[in-house]
Amino acid sequence: MSFDVNSGHCLGLMGRSGSGKTLLLRAIADLDVNEGRVSLNGQFRDDVSGPEWRKKVGLLTAESKWWHESVGKHFRSSKLNLLYDLGFPDESVLSWKVSRLSSGEKQRLALARLLLMSPDALLLDEPTANLDSDSVTLVENVIDAYRKERSASVIWVAHDESQLDRVSDAKMYMKDKHLTEQA
Amino acid sequence: MIVSDIIISLTTERISLACVLVMILALTTWKADLRVARPLLVASFRLIVQLSLVGLILEYVFEINNFLLVALIALVMLLVAGKEVSVRQKYRVSGRWGYGIGTCSMFVSSFAVSVFGLAAIIRADNWWDPRYSIPVLGMLLGNTMTAVALSLDRFTTYVWEGRETIEAKLMLGHSSQEALRIILRDSLRAGLMPVINSMAIAGIVSLPGMMTGQILAGNSPVSAVRYQIVIWLLIAVGCGFGSMLVVQMAAKRVFDERERLRTDRLYKV
Repeated sequence: MSFDVNSGHCLGLMGRSGSGKTLLLRAIADLDVNEGRVSLNGQFRDDVSGPEWRKKVGLLTAESKWWHESVGKHFRSSKLNLLYDLGFPDESVLSWKVSRLSSGEKQRLALARLLLMSPDALLLDEPTANLDSDSVTLVENVIDAYRKERSASVIWVAHDESQLDRVSDAKMYMKDKHLTEQA
Repeated sequence: MIVSDIIISLTTERISLACVLVMILALTTWKADLRVARPLLVASFRLIVQLSLVGLILEYVFEINNFLLVALIALVMLLVAGKEVSVRQKYRVSGRWGYGIGTCSMFVSSFAVSVFGLAAIIRADNWWDPRYSIPVLGMLLGNTMTAVALSLDRFTTYVWEGRETIEAKLMLGHSSQEALRIILRDSLRAGLMPVINSMAIAGIVSLPGMMTGQILAGNSPVSAVRYQIVIWLLIAVGCGFGSMLVVQMAAKRVFDERERLRTDRLYKV
């Protein structure tokens, strides 16, 4: 398969569980061994180191992982506006314990953690899977603003087609590890 | 200074008395249906046979006093220790590396430290004099093997169980070393703690085996203590460098050149 996502555009990706959507995102992010050729703004993946590439191509998974006890230790900088935009009242969230967070809070904070890395492309694997409808709107707005501000390319995987109609410029369907249709 | 010039030789009858004690223990556990009598007797039998053979072999080696023979024995000890490290792992590194990383790290740490200890500290006329080199290498290998096996086991287990967290760090642009920092530290600590604990209580809670042996064999306690201090310090150095080396080699193996986590290179035993 071969496809392009223009700068500042969002490609919606749909497909049944096990159709290979996550595998595709992992391959683009260079987390699994793969033969594919990927380039971002004219630079090929194999021309930069793995960690450098993954800083440019931010992958957000449905289940976020946390390794320090406190939330703040996971953030190298604190751009507070982003936390407000994601529905957190103030900076005190950084002093919270990770064990106290709900799955929705974890998901929104994981997005903030990723965006603070300033990636040039976003690979979003069901980024609103654990969120209530208000939070879904917040997350969609934050991603949309980031995409426009940074002219970032976005691939957004979701099961909810109406969401992809709202956030993406084009949609593709995956079946049996192949892209089958472009809308 | 107490120097005994009469060494009490242990005759076969006297050793048999210790065997009788083991038999009594075996009988007691058998009566209580604890199911340890058989392994206890087998282990005791193996101990007697193995040590008796080693005693005979060492008598021969000491008499011949040949460098190549000492080197051959050292090589056999190293290979057996390497095999032991690999079988003690819950998650093994696949391929020849599984055996190689333990053996390599013990070779570099135990051998280098032993040679330094023999040539620079003990300074026998021949640095490889089997009377010194084989016991020193044996003690270093034995302890390093435990430390290396523990560190490697902890490392591969942490990597396997924490693979999703490691990948989450990689997704945020962390290098493999950054993603492994906590695991590397904890694995190294696990390997070194037994040695550090043993050193901290040496002489207070327990008398180390080599020192006890020397004292029983009629040496002065002061001289025995000096040897024991040197041996423990060498063991600590061997364990430290051995553990550091083995986890670094394993870390190289569980990541590829693109710094992708390769758990497919680990398998559960």
